[in-house]
Amino acid sequence: MVKQKIEMLSALGRRARPVVAHGKAHDASRYGNWTRPGTLTRLDPRRNKPQRKEGPPCGAPKRTGPEVVQKPPFRMIRFLGSDQVLRRTILKAATAAAIATTTAFAAHAEIDGPVSYVIPFGPGGESDISARLQQPFFKDKFGQDLVISYQPGGGGAVGWASLNGLSGDGQTIMGVNLPHIIIQPAQKDVGYTTEGINAFYMFHYTPDAIVVKADSPYQTLQDLIDDAKVNPAAVTMSGSGKASANHLAQIKFDNMAGIKTTYVPFKGTGAAVTALLGGQVKAEWGYSTVGAKQGDAVRMLAVAMEERHPLFPDVPTFKELGFDMVGGAYRGIALPDSASDETKALWSSMIGDINADPEFRQKMLDGGFAMLDVDAEGMDAFMQARIEEYLADARAAGLIK
Amino acid sequence: MDFGSFLSALTPLNLAFALLGVVAGTVIGSIPGLTATMAVAVLVPITFSMEPASALILLGAIYTGAIYGGAYAAILLNTPGTPSAIATTFDGYPMAKRGDGDLAVAIACFASVTGGMIGALALLFLAPPLAEVALAFGPVEYFWLAIFGLSLIASLSTGNLIKGLVGGAFGMILSTVGVGEISGDIRLTFGSQTMIGGFGVVGALIGLYCIPVLIDLVAVPDRHLKVEDDIRSVRIGEAFGIAIRSKFNLVRSSVIGTLVGILPGAGGSVAGLVAYSEAKRSAKPGQKFGEGEPDGIMATEAANNATVGGGFIPTLVLGIPGTPPDAVILGALLVQGVRTGPTLFESNGAIVYTFIYGLIIATVLMLPTGLLIGRYAYKSIVSIPKAVLVPSVGFMTIIGTFAIRNSISDVIIMLLLGTFGWVISRFGFAASPIVLGLILGPIAEQGFVQGWIIGDATGNLFGMFFGRPLSQAIIAFTIISLLYPAFTAWRRRRVAT
Repeated sequence: MVKQKIEMLSALGRRARPVVAHGKAHDASRYGNWTRPGTLTRLDPRRNKPQRKEGPPCGAPKRTGPEVVQKPPFRMIRFLGSDQVLRRTILKAATAAAIATTTAFAAHAEIDGPVSYVIPFGPGGESDISARLQQPFFKDKFGQDLVISYQPGGGGAVGWASLNGLSGDGQTIMGVNLPHIIIQPAQKDVGYTTEGINAFYMFHYTPDAIVVKADSPYQTLQDLIDDAKVNPAAVTMSGSGKASANHLAQIKFDNMAGIKTTYVPFKGTGAAVTALLGGQVKAEWGYSTVGAKQGDAVRMLAVAMEERHPLFPDVPTFKELGFDMVGGAYRGIALPDSASDETKALWSSMIGDINADPEFRQKMLDGGFAMLDVDAEGMDAFMQARIEEYLADARAAGLIK
Repeated sequence: MDFGSFLSALTPLNLAFALLGVVAGTVIGSIPGLTATMAVAVLVPITFSMEPASALILLGAIYTGAIYGGAYAAILLNTPGTPSAIATTFDGYPMAKRGDGDLAVAIACFASVTGGMIGALALLFLAPPLAEVALAFGPVEYFWLAIFGLSLIASLSTGNLIKGLVGGAFGMILSTVGVGEISGDIRLTFGSQTMIGGFGVVGALIGLYCIPVLIDLVAVPDRHLKVEDDIRSVRIGEAFGIAIRSKFNLVRSSVIGTLVGILPGAGGSVAGLVAYSEAKRSAKPGQKFGEGEPDGIMATEAANNATVGGGFIPTLVLGIPGTPPDAVILGALLVQGVRTGPTLFESNGAIVYTFIYGLIIATVLMLPTGLLIGRYAYKSIVSIPKAVLVPSVGFMTIIGTFAIRNSISDVIIMLLLGTFGWVISRFGFAASPIVLGLILGPIAEQGFVQGWIIGDATGNLFGMFFGRPLSQAIIAFTIISLLYPAFTAWRRRRVAT
């Protein structure tokens, strides 16, 4: 049901663009007729037939503001509740009818001109590289430029704190990262809340992995565990940042394996890998991307995936080795919370389209990333599960109170 | 490094890209706030449709041009266009003030080309062995390097040591504001979310250097820069002569720049400062650093352009970006399907060598374009009436600060810092120690914390900080650099008696 809706959406959202390779053209033309701005107010999905109301006849302007489109009822309620939580509750309470209305209105959301894609980190990290990989596909599929800019500061907090102050017209999107947007607000007041981040798609994750140098004495994960058992705290492991995905993974794994290792936080994965290659630390808590980038210079002892990464058929998963660890750093994209649901649905479908492109998937896999498809519909459930998981881990580690 | 790669770097298209990149980079770099990183990042999407080697040449040319362009604002406005040009202000602005701005710009161009060439040649011939330098530097070495850098305050603030140290300490405190880079703590924000991002280096540079200049421009009725009555048409020959006479300084500074460039996380600003202090330390009698000494400009500009080639060494060999612009270029390469890292030179040798030759060609092209643009920049700055100059520079400082991360609070912080900088300059405090503290504080802090954690875990804290040969060498340099002024003074006294 959900999947189908998304396909409908993507067809609708792109009806005016020439470069579309999609099998749902007939849907687009059919819905396209009755989703003109101003002509439609409500849609009853049970009868699957739009109810028309009189409105001014019009063409199909590229973008329509709220003064042209009459909002569906639940949107009006949204305007009454300024409180974020209330808004969310109402959103959740919205029935299938409301969703269907949104679906119909998705046709009105349209990107118009270059899109600003803000990465709240400096260049060169995983967030930057995955965004750079999306860039040409976006231009290809939707004919618009995706302009990447960096807004580093506060481990991403500066960017996310500014997100909801940006224009919600769909021309600005921002990368979001887990566990950052869950852990940071739980630690201190950083100017944004986890719930306030209007994420619409999680498109990949970098699975946690233990990486050692090629000439390391640790041939297997067991070697590392054995050493750590004999020499508690003497096994030093670099990683990117504190209270980060790497750090949480280290704490979690130490507990599972009953060992004590020493975590050394570095500024970003690049610095953590440099420390590993330079022999400053014995191992690194990194991601599978490190293995992809460093090739023969490093060896991965295990990755936190359900199944082995296609790029590394010889690297076992933690699960295979008896440790129930699956996860890593999740990356997605968010809109300012003032964005309309139509805009959000459109963006969700566009990023989903890129994610479905085989060439894009291959490039991501070659880079060591693991694909993920959490769209706008599934976001609340996904975030809820991650919030519980990360907060429990962080609490157990004493990183938050 | 086959000949074919050299020829493919010489195709008209690649030559055009190199020229275009250098010109665009020089112009962007000359505007304070618009950094090399930003210039490269904005232009990356254009390169997607290009051949990987051409894309690299364009990006590399922009990068090297931007590092050179930073000297213009440093010389003519006392404001480093990029952080790399901090030390260029020390002698560049005094030269411009006394009417030698055109000479200073030409000298900067010769020095930049020399530095760029030596850095690029190191990349061409010595990349794999030099990449080991990046790996040999552990947290403790970065800590000591930062301490060494801070010791430069002593030699930079001659006769004013206490005020220099106070400024440096103040800069280090400023650097701790916001979310701790590796600890994740939120520090010294006093509950304000505006401060979470901390004090950006570029914003602080613009504020501390440029705002006082603007205030002084308005407060004093004189012309901005002194202009000779007989405007000498070309001073390129004179500049070239000075450069030839200081060839040893040029080479030494270029080598320093290359080596510092290899270290990820150090960057052009540190390279320029280290080279400057070395030049100052080995000054001949009669040379007055800080009062318009051409050797000071040469040291900084040679070193910071050498970091371009140096920074590409770990980027290409290890897949670890040496500087932020390298990180952007690394991302562009990945999109192109070129994997950097240990296998790059074998699997994509043609692309890499074409790029390196392209970088060398871009550096050579920087000579004519740099001299031309430099003369134009100088002429426009000296001929524009003050009533136009001040508002346009003021406008650019605001735009430049805002552009760093689209944040209006950065602009406010910049203006406040600038006003503060002007006030304390009345009391003899210089901007440079503060900026030095701001840049080196985080490097020292991270290195110290990481070194402590590792040393503690291995049960050898003392050996960690003092036992490693590389650390010992840097400590020795620090002691020499601290004691040298006292030593020369002592010797002079002995000779006198």
